[in-house]
Amino acid sequence: MKQILIVSGKGGTGKTSITASLASYFESLVLVDCDVDASDLYLILKPEVQQTFDFISGHTAHILQKDCTQCSMCLNVCKFDAVKVGNKGTLCIDAIDCEGCGVCIWMCPQKAIEFPESLCGQWFFSNTRHGPMVHAKLAIGAENSGKLVSEIRGYATKIAKNQKKDIILIDGPPGIGCPVIASLTGVDCVVVVTEPTLSAIHDMERIIALAKHFGISTYVCINKSDINEELTQTIKKRIKVLDVELVGEIPYDTAFTRAQVQKKSIVEYSNGKTTQCIEELAQKLMSKII
Amino acid sequence: MIIAVASGKGGTGKTTISTALAEALEKPVQLLDCDVEEPNAHIFFNTENETKENVYVKVPQIAKNSCTLCGRCAQICEFNALAVIKEQVMVFDELCHSCGGCKLVCPEKAISEVDMQIGKLKRSTTDGITLIQGELDVGRAMSPPVIRAVKKHIKSKIINIIDCPPGNACPLVTAVSNADYVILVTEDSLFGLNDLLISIDTIKKMNIPMGVIVNRCGISEKSITEHLRKKKIDILLEIPENIGIAKAYSNGGSILSVVPSLKNQLVQIIAEISRGVYEANTHR
Ligand code: SF4
Ligand code: SF4
Ligand code: SF4
Ligand code: SF4
Repeated sequence: MKQILIVSGKGGTGKTSITASLASYFESLVLVDCDVDASDLYLILKPEVQQTFDFISGHTAHILQKDCTQCSMCLNVCKFDAVKVGNKGTLCIDAIDCEGCGVCIWMCPQKAIEFPESLCGQWFFSNTRHGPMVHAKLAIGAENSGKLVSEIRGYATKIAKNQKKDIILIDGPPGIGCPVIASLTGVDCVVVVTEPTLSAIHDMERIIALAKHFGISTYVCINKSDINEELTQTIKKRIKVLDVELVGEIPYDTAFTRAQVQKKSIVEYSNGKTTQCIEELAQKLMSKII
Repeated sequence: MIIAVASGKGGTGKTTISTALAEALEKPVQLLDCDVEEPNAHIFFNTENETKENVYVKVPQIAKNSCTLCGRCAQICEFNALAVIKEQVMVFDELCHSCGGCKLVCPEKAISEVDMQIGKLKRSTTDGITLIQGELDVGRAMSPPVIRAVKKHIKSKIINIIDCPPGNACPLVTAVSNADYVILVTEDSLFGLNDLLISIDTIKKMNIPMGVIVNRCGISEKSITEHLRKKKIDILLEIPENIGIAKAYSNGGSILSVVPSLKNQLVQIIAEISRGVYEANTHR
């Protein structure tokens, strides 16, 4: 079983559309959407949810007013400015700012602070037309997205083993921070989807550096390659220097968004040049990992 | 005044709008790039006179000779960053949230806090625009402390524009907290709408007034603006799809060089927002 992660560093380069398209070319597949706070893959793949799980992670502090003597100890020890002073001098904790470190709980002389577990979201095991899919919805503004990513990836691996699937295809989050690191850990290869813009090139370099830091085989796919031919050449030169192989080049195509409206991937929607390019990308990837 | 420019989905034009705002508004303005995992605003400015400083977080260091291995530090640590094994306490810097709890509870005063570098802060000023950019070091997981370090430079007397990280998780919340107004940028597509609706819920929960700029109008057969109007969401501006904008952006050029009329529109939007903010503050 091999795990392929699709990332981009910069958002909006077409990572999710390409993941959805690749799904058509791999026969024995489990899909995972690790972009847990802005997931879009489900819009194309229309998963039928089989099972829903709560994602419980960490704690949030809450002051019981009846026991609080307003000694201000919690206010003084909280490093995250989560303890706020109300208009009548009452203290309360802003759940959004609370990091869940528990220091106020230890320090409160009155034991006036509760510390319930927080429900940080939900995750789902579903069926799609391309095979099983594991995806999630992080609670609004919640922390621990990295843990949620690890949790759903763990489940996907279990499913792949039980159902003897060959490939786990992962749609990754943007950036290089904690959910991206959790997505990278233990995958067999990373495909960085970039585009010929200075911003995307800058971001590509950072995500390649991160993947290398973890020692993972890294490939690049240039999307919208014809919007700036000169920069497309720049990317090719840069990745040569970085010793990263180009595995695909896809033209700018408005059919991506038109396909979205019909809840299809571009390869299910059209037979044009873009579809051919994606097919080539899929074949290249296949040859790389097997 | 603090105006945060955010977007659930990446690549919708968040940085295009933040940099255009900095360019269009009366100077001096500050542009704070809080997209610290992938900061891009600097690409649109001349940053020759840039100065740099490092961003650190505090992590515990344990003095072996005073530690009695009592284990209280590991007990209080909610993030499993400390473990007492055999003859010593192990510190896992990567997991530490710098809450200071271990130092507080250590009965032997064996714990001190030391700096660990997790990022950089870059600062430059051109034509009255001060750009302060946070940058998370590659390999580090936690971006909120770097975002907080950038936000320490907010100046209350002038306009501060915050270029937020994408998504709807804790980095976004850290970037928009304390903002007077949030401009949400979306693209006119199904993905854009889906992520925008999550962002709207997030900002609502934080009780910050907001409005939406719909970028790349017309890229999809069915515009999302109607849906937004039905939900009574303030649409501040609609920018039609224009390949010229994408071309300019690709080379680090400004949207205002392609659509000069946008300048006045942006100035007006901010004037209206600041009137609203001013009124809200006097009512308080
Ligand atoms: S430490 Fe406890 S008693 Fe003191 S203000 Fe906080 S909640 Fe109230
Ligand atoms: S749990 Fe930690 S972050 Fe939350 S209020 Fe208490 S001290 Fe502050
Ligand atoms: S609390 Fe202090 S004395 Fe106890 S194990 Fe930790 S460092 Fe050592
Ligand atoms: S500072 Fe807080 S998070 Fe870091 S090791 Fe100490 S108790 Fe754990």
